Amino acid sequence: MRISHDEIKKTAALARLAMSDEDVSNMAGQLDRILGYIDKLNELDTTGVKPANHAIDIHNALREDEVEPSLTQDEALANAPRQNGEAFVVPKIVG
Amino acid sequence: MELFEQTIHQLRELLDRGEISAVELTKNILARMDAVEGRITAYITETRDEALAQAARADEMLAAGSGAALTGIPLAIKDVLCTKGVRTTCGSKILESFVPPYDAAVISRIKAEGAVLLGKVSMDEFAMGSSNETCPYCVPHNPWNTAHICGGSSGGSAAAVAAGEAVASLGSDTGGSVRQPASHCGVVGLKPTYGRVSRFGLLAFASSLDQVGPLTRDVRDSALMLNVIAGYDPRDSTSIRQAVPDYTLALRDGLQGVKIGIPSEYFASGLAPEVEEAVNKGIKLLTEAGAEAVEVSLPHTEYGVAAYYIIAPAEASSNLARYDGVKYGYRDMDAESLAEMYMNSRSQGFGPEVKRRILIGTYALSSGYYDAYYKKASQVRTLIMDDYRRAFAECDLLVSPVTPAPAWELGARMDDPLSMYLSDVLTICTNLAGLPGISVPCGFSPAGLPIGFQIQAPHFQEERLFRAAYNLEQRAGVVERRPEIS
Repeated sequence: MRISHDEIKKTAALARLAMSDEDVSNMAGQLDRILGYIDKLNELDTTGVKPANHAIDIHNALREDEVEPSLTQDEALANAPRQNGEAFVVPKIVG
Repeated sequence: MELFEQTIHQLRELLDRGEISAVELTKNILARMDAVEGRITAYITETRDEALAQAARADEMLAAGSGAALTGIPLAIKDVLCTKGVRTTCGSKILESFVPPYDAAVISRIKAEGAVLLGKVSMDEFAMGSSNETCPYCVPHNPWNTAHICGGSSGGSAAAVAAGEAVASLGSDTGGSVRQPASHCGVVGLKPTYGRVSRFGLLAFASSLDQVGPLTRDVRDSALMLNVIAGYDPRDSTSIRQAVPDYTLALRDGLQGVKIGIPSEYFASGLAPEVEEAVNKGIKLLTEAGAEAVEVSLPHTEYGVAAYYIIAPAEASSNLARYDGVKYGYRDMDAESLAEMYMNSRSQGFGPEVKRRILIGTYALSSGYYDAYYKKASQVRTLIMDDYRRAFAECDLLVSPVTPAPAWELGARMDDPLSMYLSDVLTICTNLAGLPGISVPCGFSPAGLPIGFQIQAPHFQEERLFRAAYNLEQRAGVVERRPEIS
């Protein structure tokens, strides 16, 4: 196997995804096949090839730092699962 | 021909001459939705009342002589684009109750024209899929044969346009998600050059690949839609400052002096014989219109899927980190700690395909694997871009199939993610290189399923696409075919 059950669990934890042992074993076979296919990239010698992160020539897009109309506080909070009219409310972080 | 079967430009004439009103047209499409939506299931959210109000305003615009190209035209919007005040799910349970406080740039543009928005149409969850079967709300059926997939991820868009449930639609294309469903449903699908159309308000999947594009009944409608949605937007940092031509001027007869490149790699083994036959006939029609056909090679095409399935999930794993249950979207309200809230909200909100891609992306970017996967894939992306550069030194356009086979049966590939991924082999490289591409109907399989013809062009050469696609459409004789929905 290209990816062990422990690696899947560790990766899932990094991505904040909970996985049962059954999920992990289902995923293991699929990921193994997919990563096996992706290994095809190693047929190519890419020594000295510059990686492309963009398909077109993009430079930093800069603009003046001016205040423009933006969402009101009510609009920004409207989709929150829990809020108190001023802020997003989440479970207690520090004891 | 019924009103719901007509194109934007045909309806434009009827509206401008006052032969029909926008309200009448909208009611006609709503009645068509009543008749067929039960069998097609393209819509996640219908906005009938708003549509009728927009149609009434469009009629006022027309009466005042201030009509534009899309005034009074009823459109369906892929649920990946933010619509102010109208729920936008991105095909995911995690955004089941998300109501955007703003419009996507392309939505602002079509609203300013007086377009009528019928609702939000189905898509694969977060645009991750090739069959539209990962949508938890509704899986659209192919109007040409309802036992078959309509393609994905803009499946709802393609199905709605093909079925007469919208005159046209806006979708998004990250690895073929406009072109592939357009091909499967017998409509025209355009993926513009990266940077041509603003991504502001397009829910992000893979930001270096995503682009908004129209699905329409013919090539002229595609050009009309691009006229409206293209152009610079300071809110998208990858938007390009480049003048927008009138794309309809590219629609003219004849292809004298145009060199079309036939990439041998796109005709490799695995192509269904009916697809090969229809596409070869399309090439012949283009040469009859005056084009010169030349053989070209894109030797790294076969590595496109492997590179894409590292790059796209890597970008997605980062983009989808925002769904944490804090500011919007689903939250597990019973979680007792912040960490538990993140974990449970994401695990309960995302579906299996999205989780699979987040895992692949997180793994590819994680310590110790970055060079082996992400860097390697990005280097292969350079090789793919170099292939195109060399090919476009020898030809003006590249012609090929869109998909290796016509639409498969619903459910046939759901247990095998890799076979689903491999079905995108002919569309993915366009996105990796940021090129424009179009799918235009060129024929039908013996079983009556549509077959699309793909044309790719260099950056910002959409006019070449339209010109060739228009010539093919004029000669292929399938543009007026409409499905009998059984």
